[in-house]
Amino acid sequence: MIRYEFVPRAQPSTGALVIVPILTVALSILCGTALFYILDKPAGVAFYAFFIEPFLSNYTLSEIAIKAAPLILIAQGLAIGFRARVWNIGAEGQLTIGAICAGLIPITWPQSDNVLMLPAMILVGALTGMVWAAIAAALRTAFNASEIIVTLMLNAIAAQILVYLINGPLKDPRGFSFPQSVPFPDVALYPLLIEDSFLRANVSIYIVLALSLLAWIYVRHSFSGFRLLVSGLAPAAAHYAGFSSNRAVWISLLVGGAAAGLAGVGEISGPIGKLQPILSPAYGFAAIIVAFLGGLNPIGIVVAGFFMAVIYVGADGAVLSAGLPASAPIVFQGLILVFYLASHTLVNFELRRIGGTKGTA
Amino acid sequence: MTISKCSPLLELRNVTKRYGDFIANDAINLTVHAGDIHAILGENGAGKSTLMKTIFGVHQPDEGDILWKDVPVQITNPAQARDLGIGMVFQHFSLFETISVAENISLTIPAPLSDLVKQIRAKGEAFGLPVNPQASVHGLSVGERQRVEIIRCLLQEPELLILDEPTSVLPPPAIENLFATLRTLSVNGIAILYISHKLEEIRALCDQATILRSGAVTGTADPKKTNAKDLATLMIGQDIPQPTHPKTRMNGAPQLTLNQLNYRDPNPNIVALKDINLTVRAGEIVGIAGVSGNGQLTLARLISGEDILTRDHASSIQMQGQPVGHLPPNARRKRGLSFVPEDRLGRGAAPLMSISNNGLLTGHRLGLVKNGLIQRSKRDSFAENCITAMNVQTQGVQALASSLSGGNLQKYIVAREMAVNPLLMVVAQPTWGIDVGAATLVHQRLIGLRDNGTAILVISEDIEELFEISDRLTVMYDGRLSNPVSTCNATCEQIGQMMMGQFAASLEAAE
Amino acid sequence: MDMIVFILTGAFATATPLLLAALGELVTEKSGVINLSVEGMMALAAAMGFATVYTTGSYLLAFAVAAGLAMLLSIVFAALVLIFSANQVASGLAAGILGLGLSALLGREYESFTLQAPSGLSVPNLSNIPVLGSILFEQDIVVYLTVTTGLCLMWIIQHSRAGLILRVVGEDPHIAHNLGFNVLRVRFLAILFGGFMAGLAGAYASTILTPIWSQGMILGRGWIALALVVFGTWRVLRVMIGAYLFGALLLADLAVQTLNLGIPSQVMTSMPYVMTIIVLAIVSRNALRIKLNAPVSLGQSYRPGQ
Repeated sequence: MIRYEFVPRAQPSTGALVIVPILTVALSILCGTALFYILDKPAGVAFYAFFIEPFLSNYTLSEIAIKAAPLILIAQGLAIGFRARVWNIGAEGQLTIGAICAGLIPITWPQSDNVLMLPAMILVGALTGMVWAAIAAALRTAFNASEIIVTLMLNAIAAQILVYLINGPLKDPRGFSFPQSVPFPDVALYPLLIEDSFLRANVSIYIVLALSLLAWIYVRHSFSGFRLLVSGLAPAAAHYAGFSSNRAVWISLLVGGAAAGLAGVGEISGPIGKLQPILSPAYGFAAIIVAFLGGLNPIGIVVAGFFMAVIYVGADGAVLSAGLPASAPIVFQGLILVFYLASHTLVNFELRRIGGTKGTA
Repeated sequence: MTISKCSPLLELRNVTKRYGDFIANDAINLTVHAGDIHAILGENGAGKSTLMKTIFGVHQPDEGDILWKDVPVQITNPAQARDLGIGMVFQHFSLFETISVAENISLTIPAPLSDLVKQIRAKGEAFGLPVNPQASVHGLSVGERQRVEIIRCLLQEPELLILDEPTSVLPPPAIENLFATLRTLSVNGIAILYISHKLEEIRALCDQATILRSGAVTGTADPKKTNAKDLATLMIGQDIPQPTHPKTRMNGAPQLTLNQLNYRDPNPNIVALKDINLTVRAGEIVGIAGVSGNGQLTLARLISGEDILTRDHASSIQMQGQPVGHLPPNARRKRGLSFVPEDRLGRGAAPLMSISNNGLLTGHRLGLVKNGLIQRSKRDSFAENCITAMNVQTQGVQALASSLSGGNLQKYIVAREMAVNPLLMVVAQPTWGIDVGAATLVHQRLIGLRDNGTAILVISEDIEELFEISDRLTVMYDGRLSNPVSTCNATCEQIGQMMMGQFAASLEAAE
Repeated sequence: MDMIVFILTGAFATATPLLLAALGELVTEKSGVINLSVEGMMALAAAMGFATVYTTGSYLLAFAVAAGLAMLLSIVFAALVLIFSANQVASGLAAGILGLGLSALLGREYESFTLQAPSGLSVPNLSNIPVLGSILFEQDIVVYLTVTTGLCLMWIIQHSRAGLILRVVGEDPHIAHNLGFNVLRVRFLAILFGGFMAGLAGAYASTILTPIWSQGMILGRGWIALALVVFGTWRVLRVMIGAYLFGALLLADLAVQTLNLGIPSQVMTSMPYVMTIIVLAIVSRNALRIKLNAPVSLGQSYRPGQ
């Protein structure tokens, strides 16, 4: 009988590291297309809308930059924690809290023309995102409470806080009873990449790329990053070497929270320009997939973030042109993560044929 | 002595087992008759366990035939092996801690628990294996657990019983009891395959021996008629230089002082430490003997800083006379501590990290990190140095720690811990499960380090090893530590008795 | 008084989806596998359960379809962790996201549709007993079945051979393998059971408890179920008690909202989440108790032959 079996490799395959994302995307597209077919949607049109159209106009390219920025930023933060096996699933909540708190500044001074407003918002957004994540870190380190469940619950709570505030204290009195805040002044907004154009892309993508470089240095070259990795891969070895596990939890959650909070500022100071009930199309969750698809590697994450942004932009188009349901991209994201995890096995294992060589009995 | 029978019970013909490119068993031939006590002799890594697991159906041979009572069989799983009449006691017991003895046994012998309880008692009485069937396993001593394992096998009325290194966990007096039980079984016609690397035991117990080296049979012999040196040559293949062990200075400065150390782990299943006193001085090796599970693990963790004391009790552990009991591991390492833990993979080294990154784990103090950034070339050359220093066999500094054999990983960890020039080095189970060559090298290096003035504390379950390298010996039993005795004044019997808790012997020895 | 009776009566129904999902997850975790996709499985099951009742009117069929789909999703998860040795946390998230996506996709045509509330199966005579009668005997059949299932599971896990095998595989898969047990099969069946129960939970939530379909109607109950397993320290009885306490709590929120005390509704909506965090922190605080009760190999991937 011929069977196949995964055999551990002596060292991770670098070839597989390249093949895995390609295989993942190919399988996801294949499976997604099959799904469209079952749903009776024109698969070819949907595929075209999803993966080709986003590259065909300046507008969609600009939208890709807008969506890639928060995805990459959050994923960089989460990946640092994931390498330490600290599972921050609460980026969505940290993004929301960062956005609310940063938003208080322009809401308080809506007529201001102080150029320090945006830097102040960035600072406040990152810090309050950290504070929200710190709740999970404190409960994990002091009470051993699972950060997965705590951060998830904090997502739901943050969403409720936002709804309360924009229906109450922060509601724009001249907003025709829409649940939203006053529009922000120009000094609260990121400068556009191309001034006075209809393209919404702004400089935050540069900030994100710069931070990605920092993340790369941190992960690849810093001793602190190394200690986090040891905490994740071999907790007993980290403890043996004297690397504090509590410190790993704190760093992981604080970095993740800061990145998510900053991404929240990116939304309200970018395409949105105010507080409203929905600040992000689930960037906090999609970023988890971006982090994995990028192999928890800062460079991989940049690539994966742009890829995910293409899906977001493509989905918008596919809803219109192929009549795809708005939920299709979520399914697609789930498929990507499933196939990624399956094919990632090839990095540390090789597929070998066993049996068939056995001597006669 | 041997009962000759025309047809063998078990016969292996050219059995070969490969793992990837590595040949664990190379065309092994073996014949066992009913009532034989047959030794499989070989050093660690010779392929003994692999061969036994093949017979027991844990995995299948790639080539060759297994004949059971002259009939070729394919044993595809342990349940089938048991049905044939093969029982096995693994080196690492196959017992679950959270359930009772009877429940453990019911897993392989489906019968109502009340019946099993009676059967367990009956077998225990018949073969001198007393054990309480209703006791929960986590409270049992290692010896009791072994008895449970043997009873479990016997309840299936096996014709062949395989024992994998059964004495490695037993104090010397318990070994005699085990041998008596095994001889009774043999008289009753049960064949025994006895796996060991201890020559004297095999000479005392077995009628026949098959000797393995590097996965192949190097010879068969009647161990009672063959002298130990010849057996050793078959087993090892070359003469191993004995470590030199010159007289030591006894007046070094105290590097480690344990002063009325008491500690109760929050987990009630772990033995509490009681009133432990010990001083380890520069330039000496102190050995702690004892059967596992008597508090050695906890003691090692307390000294390494992986478990810490409250500030009030900090002075129970002192390094260079300073209280350190409340300090985390890194603070103690800064004061000159290095530590080789008993679990290499997962604790002493991160399995899925490269050799060079594993060097960084505790070697980072040697200038491998600057301004918070890892100096890659220094890191790699540090790893290279460790590899050279101990002759570690590896594919290179980028190979994963998990790809190294146990012996090579241990050599690497020892090299790394020695590289920091420690004032105090604690080593737990220095040669557990590694081959003789690596073990000898580790012993030589420890002695060399001692001669350079390092204080060394060795915790081991291997008495022979402790006699070989220690200057002073002490025994741990039920969370207490005996008074140390000078190794040259101690006898193996004395230490063996102390391992059973008879500390009076230590008082006499200490004069 | 009426309020209290209302809460106590409703608590059983409110707790039922939590308990069904938690019992399933408990069995999965007992085998050493943590499956974080409960929320996704429940959502998927809720969508298809609702659609089935809406189109066919059959509750039995709805529960079967829901359980079947949730089991399919749990097979995806099982394949990742058992065949591909993928990280359990990441695999659970992946299957969960897939489930949430499919739920939205399959349920999109039914958004905001409602079902006729099914008539409860009350126990005649007994339900006429004042106060206690309505609390204990005016529940629907699923509530009673869930309690029965819980009690059966309690016995099976502690006293049956199947339960013993489940527990030992969760304690040490390597030893279990050496003794001749098929670890991957035991774990697969445990994961499948978790999917089955999450499926029933989702169908109950969308067709009986609140027979209105809207995307995201599971509202984190899958996650609360996961927290309940920790809360109950992997003991069936404690998980059952925890689920009913939570059920009462969820209803108390509702009751307080109707009193109109001027508390913003968002505060009350957040209460279950806040309570989950607080309860989790209190229970987890005793790390030793968690350690002594949790399946030893929980979360570790296992490959036979290592």
